[in-house]
Amino acid sequence: MAIQDTSRPEAPSTTGRRNVSRRNILKGMAVVAGAAALPSILVACSSTPTTAPAGGGGGAVTGTVTVGSNHSDPGELKGMQAINAAFIAANPGAKVTMNTVDHGTFQNQISAYLQGTPEDDFTWFSGYRMRFFASKGLATPIDDVWAKVKSNFTTGFATSVTGDDGKVYGIPVDYYPWCVFYRKSVFAAKNYTVPTTWADFKTLLAKMQTDGLIPLAFGDKDGWPAMGTFDILNLRLNGYQFHVDLMTGKAKWTDPKVTTVFQKWAEITPFHDTTYAGLTWQKAADTLVQKKAGLYFLGLFLTSEFAATEDPADIADVDFFPWPLLGTQYDGEAALDAPIDIWMVTAKSATLQADLDTAKAYMEFWSKGSTQLIMFQNQPGLIPAASDTDTSTYSALQKKAAQIVGAAQKITQFLDRDSRPDFAGADGMQGFLQKFLAAPTTDTTALQAQIQAFWDALPPATV
Amino acid sequence: MPDPQVLSLAPAPAPTGAGVVASGPTGKRRRYSILTGQDRLVLVVIVGIPVFLDVGLIWGPTLASILFSFTNWQGYGGITAKNIVGLQNYTFLFTQYTLFWPALIHNLMWLAFFVFIASPIGIFFAVLLDREIRGSRFYQNIFYFPVVLSLAVVGIIWELQYAPDGFIDSALGLTKQTNAIDWLGNPSLNIWAVLVAASWRHVGYIMVLYLAGLKSVDPTLREAAAIDGASDVQTFFRVIFPVMAPINVVIVVVTVIESLRAFDLAYIINQGTNGLELLSILITNNSISEASLVGRGSAIAVILLVISLVPITLYLTRVMRSTGE
Repeated sequence: MAIQDTSRPEAPSTTGRRNVSRRNILKGMAVVAGAAALPSILVACSSTPTTAPAGGGGGAVTGTVTVGSNHSDPGELKGMQAINAAFIAANPGAKVTMNTVDHGTFQNQISAYLQGTPEDDFTWFSGYRMRFFASKGLATPIDDVWAKVKSNFTTGFATSVTGDDGKVYGIPVDYYPWCVFYRKSVFAAKNYTVPTTWADFKTLLAKMQTDGLIPLAFGDKDGWPAMGTFDILNLRLNGYQFHVDLMTGKAKWTDPKVTTVFQKWAEITPFHDTTYAGLTWQKAADTLVQKKAGLYFLGLFLTSEFAATEDPADIADVDFFPWPLLGTQYDGEAALDAPIDIWMVTAKSATLQADLDTAKAYMEFWSKGSTQLIMFQNQPGLIPAASDTDTSTYSALQKKAAQIVGAAQKITQFLDRDSRPDFAGADGMQGFLQKFLAAPTTDTTALQAQIQAFWDALPPATV
Repeated sequence: MPDPQVLSLAPAPAPTGAGVVASGPTGKRRRYSILTGQDRLVLVVIVGIPVFLDVGLIWGPTLASILFSFTNWQGYGGITAKNIVGLQNYTFLFTQYTLFWPALIHNLMWLAFFVFIASPIGIFFAVLLDREIRGSRFYQNIFYFPVVLSLAVVGIIWELQYAPDGFIDSALGLTKQTNAIDWLGNPSLNIWAVLVAASWRHVGYIMVLYLAGLKSVDPTLREAAAIDGASDVQTFFRVIFPVMAPINVVIVVVTVIESLRAFDLAYIINQGTNGLELLSILITNNSISEASLVGRGSAIAVILLVISLVPITLYLTRVMRSTGE
């Protein structure tokens, strides 16, 4: 069992004792597997005897909650501030203290953050990455909150926040599909049509090249954007099951199926911006905004670059289509990356015992469509996950995105969310994909062997 | 030369009062000390605190790193017997880790570039400025300016220069999609681009150090050389340079340290990936990123330590020899 009994020397001794006793209870619970009984026991041993019903019981809470946020982009930060204000308005007397950390930094420091003195609640990603930290005992299960709000989420979302131990660790708040974006005005001016097959797609790319456009915008300076292309090609060439097996180590990177992915990819790499390796996704997206590029395969969050021009005509001009069909048996799955963002409760926050009710009320607040809509209004690339969201304010683009995800039989998160964090980072998979992109037409056998060797040398997975 | 032993023994038999423990009827051994209680306290404070800090902040973490390097610990919970993997981290680094050798080579390139290009340029500037040319102060400030800037700022400045639509490409007229040079994105080019940016700062640093040394050289030496008919070049290489030996050693040490600890610039530009791998960055990316491969990161740190020991040892033996003389 991964739950650690490390008492924290800097915490007041009473808190330390409570932590220990709570963990012991958790251990006990894990043995008897009485998940349903857990919340009441947690509350019983957590703080003062006068504690209100768990999670506020729908009533208003008056305590404090500290939250760690990775919503550092201007629009998202505004959304967070509005949501915190709305939470306080709904719970007069409650207090929210927010710590915003740059998105990339938050991610890089997550393991140290969760083991140190984190805030009570924090932003994170669903899937393997949530399960990884949950299994290390660094997150608090929130089955009691989930029991109240689960009717507001589809089964797919429920699966994405369930840990290996069957407990729920997060509240899904938004998602964004990966699609091929273009400007309607450019397509109209040049008489381009939306390609549905791989052959059409390549013909269109070649045509754009002769028209002096960057056919397929791309910016891989940060290392992760390339993973999106790998995912979609692998999903469509080899199917969802193989992709999941590959991400979790059941399939081998030396498999010839992986070679076909790289070979297919090499067919479109000549259509990238020649300076892709030095560009961030934002810079690459700007080439699409400025009509220098024709297409861009990225997540829906790309629309924030169109919104940033503050010209409504720009955001109204952007459209997208799903990845073209490759003519394999897996086209029917229509699988795609649609990463889900979630909120979680930490385990090692020094104030969590005192704040638990407010922390859980905050999670419950986030599960409402009305809350998620506030973020969406500030960052139109993040589609709310709650079923009771008022979709009347969705643009045609967002409705289409929701429809594409709804039509997909299989949904994956993203390479670095579906696989081990120590595999997908800058020292691992990001570097390997950059290496492939630097010489896409060369034989990838050696590269695949290196990837597999890297995987094999990782410490045994505990998940 | 008098026998040092005699000298050091001399005070011992002399009765000194406070420190003397008289031999009592119990036949206790006689102990002499020239230190009073206060002296001891001062000694404990003066020696003890630095020793404590040295052990706690330098030796402790160093030994911990060495021990971690034999484990596959990921920073969660305690280290158990299962975590001990022997030399596995090292064999992986040397035989399979594709980023290790590039990182090591980049560090050596950094060292060579600094030693053979950046530092000599800095010395050259110092010699020029020492000649009291007009506007000497002005140039001095210009060249020293980058040193005052944080490396984070230096990184941002050069990122703008090197960007595909930045100053350098624009000045060269390479603005088209077909001919633009991707200085920071091209994995075989970006290390050189970063070395130029790093040198921009290093040159000023060396210049100021050397200039300070040159100012302290006895002017009569130059006069004597000039009277003997030596040219400027001869004067520098035959007279000034040898006299500057202590400063030269400092320059070498500074250059080596700067090269081995190179981190900031490459990290700012692209987190030290895609052609900008450095040992220091590999340590960071492996051990304190989301990956949290503390064991592997520590193994790289140990290798960097071993490399650093070479110049440190050379420097220390030199210093000790010269103080011993």
